[in-house]
Amino acid sequence: MPLRPSERISLLRDIMTIRRFEESVKKQLQAGLIPGSVHLSIGHEGAIAGGCAALDDGDFVVGTHRSHGHPIAKGSDLGPLMAELMGRADGVCKGKGGSMHLTDHSVGVMGESGIVGGGLPLATGIGLSAKVLESGRICLCFFGDGASSEGSFHESLNLAAIWKLPVVYLCENNLYGATTPADSVLSVEDIAIRAGGYGIPGEIVDGQDAEAVHSVVARAVDRARRGEGPSLIEAKTYRFGEHAEGLIIPVSYRDEEEVDRWKKRDPLDILRTRLFEEGIVSEEDMTQMESELQQRIEAAVAFAKASPMPEPSAAFEDVYSNPIAGGSR
Amino acid sequence: MSEAQPSRETTYFQAIFEAHQEEMLRDERVVMIGEDISLYTKSGILDGALSDRIFSAPISENGFCGMGVGAAMTGLRPVVDLTIASFIYLAMDQIVNQAAKIRYMTGGQATIPVVFRASMWHDGSNAAHHSDRPYPLLMNSPGLKVVVPATAADVKGLIKSAIRDDDPVVIFEDNSLWFRSGPVPEGEHLTPIGVATVRRPGDDVTLVAIGSVQQDALDAAEILAKEGTSVEVIDPRTLTPLDKPTILDSVERTGRLVIVDPAHRTCGAAAEIAAIAAEEAFHALKAPIARVTTPDVPIPFSPSLEEPLYPRKDAIVEAVRKLK
Repeated sequence: MPLRPSERISLLRDIMTIRRFEESVKKQLQAGLIPGSVHLSIGHEGAIAGGCAALDDGDFVVGTHRSHGHPIAKGSDLGPLMAELMGRADGVCKGKGGSMHLTDHSVGVMGESGIVGGGLPLATGIGLSAKVLESGRICLCFFGDGASSEGSFHESLNLAAIWKLPVVYLCENNLYGATTPADSVLSVEDIAIRAGGYGIPGEIVDGQDAEAVHSVVARAVDRARRGEGPSLIEAKTYRFGEHAEGLIIPVSYRDEEEVDRWKKRDPLDILRTRLFEEGIVSEEDMTQMESELQQRIEAAVAFAKASPMPEPSAAFEDVYSNPIAGGSR
Repeated sequence: MSEAQPSRETTYFQAIFEAHQEEMLRDERVVMIGEDISLYTKSGILDGALSDRIFSAPISENGFCGMGVGAAMTGLRPVVDLTIASFIYLAMDQIVNQAAKIRYMTGGQATIPVVFRASMWHDGSNAAHHSDRPYPLLMNSPGLKVVVPATAADVKGLIKSAIRDDDPVVIFEDNSLWFRSGPVPEGEHLTPIGVATVRRPGDDVTLVAIGSVQQDALDAAEILAKEGTSVEVIDPRTLTPLDKPTILDSVERTGRLVIVDPAHRTCGAAAEIAAIAAEEAFHALKAPIARVTTPDVPIPFSPSLEEPLYPRKDAIVEAVRKLK
């Protein structure tokens, strides 16, 4: 079912939120407020927001190392996300996860894996519990082009297929695994083809067109909810910035012409222009959305800055749910 | 375990099945995932009605161990059977990088009540790819609990406790014990995680025996008793979290410590226990700590090569005699 006008505006707002949040993250990193490095979702917002728009609130998401956008699209509060990136006590993971692990169980975002491909088996297990518990929930599993060459990808697709688990595997193919061109390390032109090896549907979609992503994912979600099993979707996308901000890669591996060409296919511009031309949003609406968003981002940054750094003793908490005194480790 | 509680002789193998059956009947969130587990229902060992919760998996150790973790995070209590402990290496990413760390990395949001079972198939001419005792690797991974049940009662009681525990527990069972019988208490029987047991009390030497070497340790203690040396045999049962008080209290009484560990020598469980005793009970020690372990070589195929490698009664007796 196509999105209603209000849902299309909401989708645009999600894309804008991810974009403005990430721009702010870059600024906070440059200001020295974020330790380590960050993998930004800029350029990927169409695939992320489009995919999450096809989910119900109770559905699950599993992300990747490039995963700031996934909890945002699933409805997380921005403050604890920003605080986490700054390593603060009020971070969504209390400062223990950081950029690659912005997990927020309150919105069904169950985990992001710093290990490429690490999330696929987890998503498959989340599908297993949905099936056994007959919860009617599904799991949307994001992963990258690099993960599609991991054993965990192939094992997971096979496992989900044999047990008809309600999982949608959504590949954000941004054409590079860090600096390695995906086409130099893939045996097939399109990752979606790999679905054939597991007897499940495989579909390619323009990742820069959030509505196209939504429509393909929504179909796969319906199929999963009907108990017909998993699907593989490949969203062709592109990261507009570096592999990671804060990590210096001293060689050029993408030519400028290619980067410029992709930046012309900006998922934010594409949807904004379309909604504007169709009269769904006006200039004033846009200005108001931007201004509201600016306030939300500023509030998130203020929340994060006001949060204390965790006490060093907190490093010893959350190792076990049920710490047993017999072991005094 | 109370001695007054009625018990019956049960094999280690049967005790494993009973633990699963009881827990699956008690709690419908318990599921089994693993290789070659359809036999649990096909042989009638588990009630056919439970078959909806038994997932006989393809040979995808990393995939199905990770499934166990994901399912545990979202409401199930999976028991994942790796069949043979050496196969755990294929699943190390999901066990060490995910199961052990997710609760911590999410700031306590995730609860992961998953059980990984791995049976050690050493001492049977299975060669190096099927004979490992890999528990020391997992003792070095914070976030996991590691247990090594050595009797029918303990394997039943520890599997049941592990299923009820809210953390990931790795159970290292022992194939060489499968058909050994022992008393298992009737009715509900749980062995607590993190609690050692004294298999034989003694005053002169503390002998910590890990997993399958219990009988050799007890036989050695019997021989040494005839020579006038009173040996206390302790089975830690759980390696993480280790019951340090039981071991250290004993060492403080006896002043002598020998650790018998079928794992390889370097960075093994014996090495960790020796280090703890040296740090925390040095004042009580009357002799250097001794370890009886499997040497640092891959496990060979031929019985004439394999059999002499493991800690046996004679080597244990010898190690204790040397302390004098």
